[in-house]
Amino acid sequence: MLSITTFVIVTVIKIVIALVVLLTAVAYSTWLERKVVGHIQNRWGPQRVGPFGLLQPLADGAKFIFKEDLTPPYVYKPLYLAAPILSLVLALTSISLVPIGNWVTVGGVHTPLEITDVNIGLLIILGITSLSVYGVALAGWSSNSKYSLLGSLRASAQMVSYEIALGLSLVGVLIMSGSLNLREIVDAQGGHMAFWIPRWNIFRWPTQIVAFFVYLTAAFAETNRVPFDLPEAETELVAGYHTEYSSMKFAMFFMAEYANMITVASIATLLFLGGWHGPVFGPGWLQAILPVFWFVLKVFCFIFLYIWIRGTLPRFRYDQLMGFGWKVLFPIAVANVLATSLIVALQK
Amino acid sequence: MLELVLFFVFGTIAVGAAINLLAQRHPINSALSLIVVMASLAALFLLMGAEFLAAIQVIVYAGAIMVLFVFVIMLLNAGEEERTPGSRVAMLLGFPAVVLLAGLVAWTLFARNPHPVPVDLAGRFLGSPAAIAQLLFRDFLLPFEITSILILIAIMGAVVLASPVGTTTGSGSPEQAPARREE
Repeated sequence: MLSITTFVIVTVIKIVIALVVLLTAVAYSTWLERKVVGHIQNRWGPQRVGPFGLLQPLADGAKFIFKEDLTPPYVYKPLYLAAPILSLVLALTSISLVPIGNWVTVGGVHTPLEITDVNIGLLIILGITSLSVYGVALAGWSSNSKYSLLGSLRASAQMVSYEIALGLSLVGVLIMSGSLNLREIVDAQGGHMAFWIPRWNIFRWPTQIVAFFVYLTAAFAETNRVPFDLPEAETELVAGYHTEYSSMKFAMFFMAEYANMITVASIATLLFLGGWHGPVFGPGWLQAILPVFWFVLKVFCFIFLYIWIRGTLPRFRYDQLMGFGWKVLFPIAVANVLATSLIVALQK
Repeated sequence: MLELVLFFVFGTIAVGAAINLLAQRHPINSALSLIVVMASLAALFLLMGAEFLAAIQVIVYAGAIMVLFVFVIMLLNAGEEERTPGSRVAMLLGFPAVVLLAGLVAWTLFARNPHPVPVDLAGRFLGSPAAIAQLLFRDFLLPFEITSILILIAIMGAVVLASPVGTTTGSGSPEQAPARREE
């Protein structure tokens, strides 16, 4: 056991590192998105600021800070100010429970590669994401504008609906691993099966492939991304719930959206794709770094997929979106829970 | 020691938010205060070691039921409530009644049990998901299943009440979907 002082110091260091890394990742996701979407649309994307436009996120940040911070009249101020803060805080909090690698020993301190290892980590992450709907809902309501209100009503209905499919699609994995602890779930996926297929949850039974795609779809809807970005459909709602926001307050919503993308990508990696498991070889320092590298690589693939789909697919109509969530995804998720429980019960 | 400090912090927040819930005139402020109450209750559960209960408290109450409350308030665009003469009567009678009731409960508890066992704040409570699952799905399986049937009946009743007159099945517009689920 660590002494309380060491514990506090180590935790503070980990929080600072996690925040810096996450915010950098958020900034460069926006760069990646602009670049990839640009190439998909036969454009260059950002390329003037720095080599390959790599300094563009910094320029964007500076621009956001120096933009005029408007607060429209007739908004309900306390909630209008609280909504973006709430969004960002919840988005950043959930990452603290995501383990990105094994235990490491640095300078005699043995510590897990995450801010805190909670027994019911997955449930707490789901709890935090279930709260994030308030940021969107309150932003739209307090803005006192019809576009914002419509956007936030759509967003709340959409997020509440798809949350069920999202949660149910994870139940199969939980039944298989018998734990809510993210670390234990990942540990159960080490090694490989026949033909060198890794023992990741997605490959273990065909039902889990279905569950994975249900999760993927629901996760797109939860984070309000194309093709489910109805809450901010610019053709009809200007910009949806953040129409009345400007400067850093808008940037907070923006950062929250990308941080949420990274969180759902991390959960998918941990639950379906074996977390940090991957080929580990070479000298000691390489062996220490490789698991983290595999984890980051898998998350990166998800972010790339997000952007790819954004550059490819059109937007759903609102009634299609609701119908799809309730009449297609939800039954599939329930069927997956039943099938997986049956398999587990028969195997025992 | 730390547990005690945290207990008082979250206890104070819970009570303060509950009072704020009553004092606020705008329904959305009241609803948000209720969310704060739920969240601090979850923190108190966590302090007692009931981690599963704490997570469920947040997911179900704060994340699902209260979203519906806020959603409906936003949808109906409810205005500020007015103070009527009736509310003054309620205040005059209500506060003494609350004090009386709380005193009665406390007196009964202490009279029946003069040497109360202190609550173990550091958490040796049987609150892991596995322990709760054992209780729900083995020891109390029948009451649990009966409750779920009760809830099913309530959902069906809500659907019947909500569907327009003359239609029993009601294909339902997509906007009704989230409301239906929350029952």
